[in-house]
Amino acid sequence: MKIAVCVKQVPDATVHKRLDPSTHRLDRSGEGALNPTDLNAVEEALRLRDAHGGEVAILSLGPERAMDSLRKALAMGADRAVLVSDAAAAGSDLVATSHALATALGREEPDLVLFGQQSSDADGAVLWAAVADRLRRPMVSQVAELTIEGGTLTGKRQTEFGYDVISAPLPAVVAVSDAINEPRYPSLKGIMGAKSKPQETVSLADAGIEADRVGEAGSKTTVRAVAPPPAKSDQVKLEDDGSAAEKIVEYLAEKRLI
Amino acid sequence: MRASLRFAEGPLRGPGRGGWPMTMLVFLETHDGELTKGGLGVLSKAATLGGEVAGAVLGSGVRDAGARAGAFGASTVYVVEDDALAAPLPQPRVDALEAVVAESGAENVFFAASVLAADVAAGLAARLGAGLNWDLTDVRVEGGELVGVRPALGDTVLVDVGWSSTPRLGLVRSGTFDPVEAGGSAEVRDVAVTFQDFSTQATLVDHLQEESSGPSIEDADVIVAGGRGLGGPEGFTLCEELASALGGAVAATRAVVDAGWYPYSAQVGQTGKTVSPKLYIALGISGAIQHKVGMQGSGTIVAINKDPNAPIFDFADLGVVGDLAQIAPKLTELLRARQ
Ligand SMILES: Cc1cc2nc3c(=O)[nH]c(=O)nc-3n(C[C@H](O)[C@H](O)[C@H](O)COP(=O)(O)OP(=O)(O)OC[C@H]3O[C@@H](n4cnc5c(N)ncnc54)[C@H](O)[C@@H]3O)c2cc1C
Ligand SMILES: Nc1ncnc2c1ncn2[C@@H]1O[C@H](COP(=O)(O)O)[C@@H](O)[C@H]1O
Repeated sequence: MKIAVCVKQVPDATVHKRLDPSTHRLDRSGEGALNPTDLNAVEEALRLRDAHGGEVAILSLGPERAMDSLRKALAMGADRAVLVSDAAAAGSDLVATSHALATALGREEPDLVLFGQQSSDADGAVLWAAVADRLRRPMVSQVAELTIEGGTLTGKRQTEFGYDVISAPLPAVVAVSDAINEPRYPSLKGIMGAKSKPQETVSLADAGIEADRVGEAGSKTTVRAVAPPPAKSDQVKLEDDGSAAEKIVEYLAEKRLI
Repeated sequence: MRASLRFAEGPLRGPGRGGWPMTMLVFLETHDGELTKGGLGVLSKAATLGGEVAGAVLGSGVRDAGARAGAFGASTVYVVEDDALAAPLPQPRVDALEAVVAESGAENVFFAASVLAADVAAGLAARLGAGLNWDLTDVRVEGGELVGVRPALGDTVLVDVGWSSTPRLGLVRSGTFDPVEAGGSAEVRDVAVTFQDFSTQATLVDHLQEESSGPSIEDADVIVAGGRGLGGPEGFTLCEELASALGGAVAATRAVVDAGWYPYSAQVGQTGKTVSPKLYIALGISGAIQHKVGMQGSGTIVAINKDPNAPIFDFADLGVVGDLAQIAPKLTELLRARQ
């Protein structure tokens, strides 16, 4: 089974995320990391490969340095990584990103495309549905349990009304929830081995993606203005020095909550 | 009142010619044959913007429910009835909505966020090559243009967003707008649809509804909520003991409910319950937006998390950076000693 996992490099959790005031785009100059919930998608792909055979390819659209983060997926055990990177793709929104990824996936022809739950910078939790429509493949999102048997997948997902169990024939697109598994940590051997695994950075032209359908030219949403949110006053933050429990009690008593 | 406002603006303009007023089509989700609150809330908001307002109801046996959208501001309700739409699956709804957009000429298509609606909205964006702005907490007309408001980067900035083409697609954060029943009736129009071959390949094979057990979190004055930081199902003992010392109830995040650590009936958030206790204590919860929307109305929020960068510290009243396994038992003990 050929599995492709779509992943994204996002600002590391320790970086203070900000929008560049001139471009209104996310400032990506700080430390980057693999999007946390994409680790669950990589983990699920590895488990499926180990059970059914085949290969796991990692696919991303992003700046060249995003390969540093893709390497973590290789260290976990993925077989190869493809990064579509091009200055003309910067600023891509949902329609543009989904066009680029669907075109790149079209060339890969995977049996299964996996997505993570949501990117920690865009918080959309929507990309897979756009990609699946472009690929004309059945799609199941928010999957907390996944099984594949005889060319059919079955996924269990939570909605506002309980759990739905949905099945679909392969080839298909699946987005996993962050509760589906516990992502493994890369072993030292995995980290060393990652360096020699195939890592391809391709331009839009290489990937057969029309430049005017991505980046700002291909995007249909705009950012008009950025403002700070209404300030929340009276917030207290403290670090536990052994007396946190006492301080919480004092705080609650002061607020007359106990 | 709203009807006269709408018609006073004169005939509608076609797509692409710009300028308000225009048609706002709202996706109205149904559950058990009834329109859900979220969609009606967006419909009510749309009715305040001064354009034409229409609803789209897609399902099987939903025609009567659809007609009721008139009372919430829709002047037209487009209905697509088909067995292929019986199950709550997104892809056939993209086909149906594409047909409704073509039929109605709507320049704006809005959705109340839900697991289903988000997938429909994004699928439609790809199908129509349309811009989708998500997580909107407000929408307004400014200088004849539609502007959406979106808190971004963990709600640390407020962004005014727009669209550079029509139709404009918007996904509104769950719980943002309340339905306002203003009376009125809608013209119901049936729309026919041909489904794409791939759209009907995914099928619903089962629906599991977990029965609620234990005290309800909806009426509790104090809630102690646990997340993945509890480390495992046994970690909930800490929550239960702290809750009992405070006379409160226990809640959970989706991550731990999906993992089977705690029942769905205790889940707080977008796909769970919305609560507003006087005191909400979050143990080992990161504070994702989808959790926040279910508990941000709490009087006082106290969070214990070992990661100083956890988003929950952005909106907790008292944030404690530390190990819950150390702090929670001590806290329980101190509270018990006070009684
Ligand atoms: C469409 C959709 C709907 C959703 N609906 C909901 C919903 O209704 N409700 C909901 O909750 N989520 C919902 N989610 C999921 C949500 O995005 C998050 O994934 C989820 O809330 C995370 O749960 P968590 O905080 O328990 O886990 P995590 O995000 O993994 O956070 C665990 C936290 O525990 C901390 N921690 C670990 N160990 C310790 C320790 N010893 N002491 C102190 N702290 C510790 C960590 O630092 C971390 O911050 C939804 C997501 C989507 C996409
Ligand atoms: N630029 C990208 N390249 C590849 N995959 C992506 C990209 N952005 C998002 N994804 C994938 O889509 C999922 C949902 O992203 P989002 O809709 O932005 O929240 C992520 O968890 C990733 O699996």
